Amino acid sequence: MPEQLAFTIEVFLNGLMAGVLYALVALGFVLIYKASGIFNYAQGVMALFAALTLVGIMEGQVPFGHLINAILGTEVHHFGWHIPAFLAIVLTMVVMIVLAYCVQRFVFRYLVGQEPIILFMATIGLAYFLEGVGDLMWGSEIKTLDVGLPQGINVWIDEFTYNATGYGFFIDNLDIVASIVAAVLVIGLVMFAQYTKQGRAMRAVADDHQAALSVGVSLNFIWILVWSLAGFVALVAGIMWGAKSGVQFSLSLIALKALPVLMLGGFTSIPGAIVGGLIIGVGEKLFEFLIGAPFLGGATENWFAYMLALVFLVFRPQGLFGEKIIERV
Amino acid sequence: MSAASAGQAGTMERDSVKDQADSYVTDDGRTIGPTVMEMKNITLRFGGVEAIKDISFDIREGEIRAIIGPNGAGKSSMLNVISGFYVPQEGEVWYKGAKRPPMKPYQVAQQGIARTFQNIALFEGMSVLDNVMTGRLTQMKSGLLAQSFWKGAAEREEIENREIAEKVIDFLEIQAIRKTPVARLPYGLKKRVELARALAAEPTILLLDEPMAGMNVEEKEDMSRFILDVNDEFGTTIALIEHDMGVVMDLSDRVVVMDYGRKIGDGSPDEVRNNQEVIDAYLGVAHD
Repeated sequence: MPEQLAFTIEVFLNGLMAGVLYALVALGFVLIYKASGIFNYAQGVMALFAALTLVGIMEGQVPFGHLINAILGTEVHHFGWHIPAFLAIVLTMVVMIVLAYCVQRFVFRYLVGQEPIILFMATIGLAYFLEGVGDLMWGSEIKTLDVGLPQGINVWIDEFTYNATGYGFFIDNLDIVASIVAAVLVIGLVMFAQYTKQGRAMRAVADDHQAALSVGVSLNFIWILVWSLAGFVALVAGIMWGAKSGVQFSLSLIALKALPVLMLGGFTSIPGAIVGGLIIGVGEKLFEFLIGAPFLGGATENWFAYMLALVFLVFRPQGLFGEKIIERV
Repeated sequence: MSAASAGQAGTMERDSVKDQADSYVTDDGRTIGPTVMEMKNITLRFGGVEAIKDISFDIREGEIRAIIGPNGAGKSSMLNVISGFYVPQEGEVWYKGAKRPPMKPYQVAQQGIARTFQNIALFEGMSVLDNVMTGRLTQMKSGLLAQSFWKGAAEREEIENREIAEKVIDFLEIQAIRKTPVARLPYGLKKRVELARALAAEPTILLLDEPMAGMNVEEKEDMSRFILDVNDEFGTTIALIEHDMGVVMDLSDRVVVMDYGRKIGDGSPDEVRNNQEVIDAYLGVAHD
């Protein structure tokens, strides 16, 4: 197999894997937006907060340790225990559910029926608040996240492809695990929304609040459910990216990468988030390595997605799958 | 407007002077039970406007109660009070013999009260079948964990409820459009789908807000037949707002007449038809 073709396939596969992860983050946005009309600016910070909490629980960090020490003059930092990864993930999920409940109960319950821009501003406030609380609770130094995920190049694929094509594919183990987990989650979320009773109630709330009330659906319960699901998605995204590059405050910028995905796929479409994520992932990598690097000098990966989204905004603003309002006139 | 088009055999004599705790049997064999819902001195205000002024009436189990009156009389507001969308400033709502505490609309729905809306509130992004299935939500008991696992309790419940939803669809003769996205349906069919969704909840009380609006004679006959069938077969209590007097006189057991937020008539259709105040405010007289 000619090296150029093999290289293209390798880039394509890496793009797909990146794309699945983008799709997962975008799904977090879509879930909340569909059910409550809120564009959750805080989604990225939620991923950061989830990752921080996970590391903190795993290492037995004292929450608000720095603050307590500063006020009381003590020197406590760790509880001294070390919690296994799986249990820590479950506990972090509990924290995210509590967070979802608090966000709904103390913030958005009072903003029902407000303009979308007001809801959006509330999530901006929430983002800053969570970022600050995350810093106070767990500290802002970079932390390594080790949940036992395999790292490094996948040797098996490298050897197999070298023998088969004369060119060894460089595919990271972590990327493989991340994309499998993301794919499973995406499928699971879609099936949940489509087939289960709570999923049906979620779709009803996303469609018409008044009608949903009249068939006995509690709006508050569905909103807490939706924010919990978004929190779960945030946790997974936080783990994957945290394992790759450490848990640091730039993790919250993940959210920005989901914006082009949403513009491509439409803000209210679950299949749109998936397809959009894959397109952006693949497009990004292909552009960088095949067109960007040779002709434009590299580093095009960072802005390609936004350029593509810009084009879509001009020609098809509702995205590929966004809601086209069918109206009988 | 033909008055005999609803398919009923002859006229019915209903004695409205019945003890509220007793059941009685109508001429055509339906049993009307004791009071199931009672509005006591309801007053509803929007700022300075009094939409409902101290209105009291009751609804008996198994009867068809019509609420009529000119536009702006407060009929839809009354329905909204019954279904929990508006909370009256004064007065009490009594349901099944107990005073109902202020509650959210979804809690009212869970208590067995289903409704349709004047301007249609269907889930436009879903198909007819999905809409009817949402009507079953109050009857589906499996929790989040069971549903996430799916196999076993949740799947069985889904199949059971699907069967019931299909029965309702058959009953209202909308099988042909089961899978059509609701947004594409003509107005009359949308109203029927909304009725199907309300019926799917197997409600104790069914509230219909102008179910015949925008329909021609044939469609009204169909809708009237469905309403009567629902009341006859399932014993569902029905309260409906309607402007077509022929329909009201044919379908209902008792009528409440509202005008400018006050109650100006309450009794059998014949009694109300001959009430001078009602004639002046709403019905008018035929001129030769």
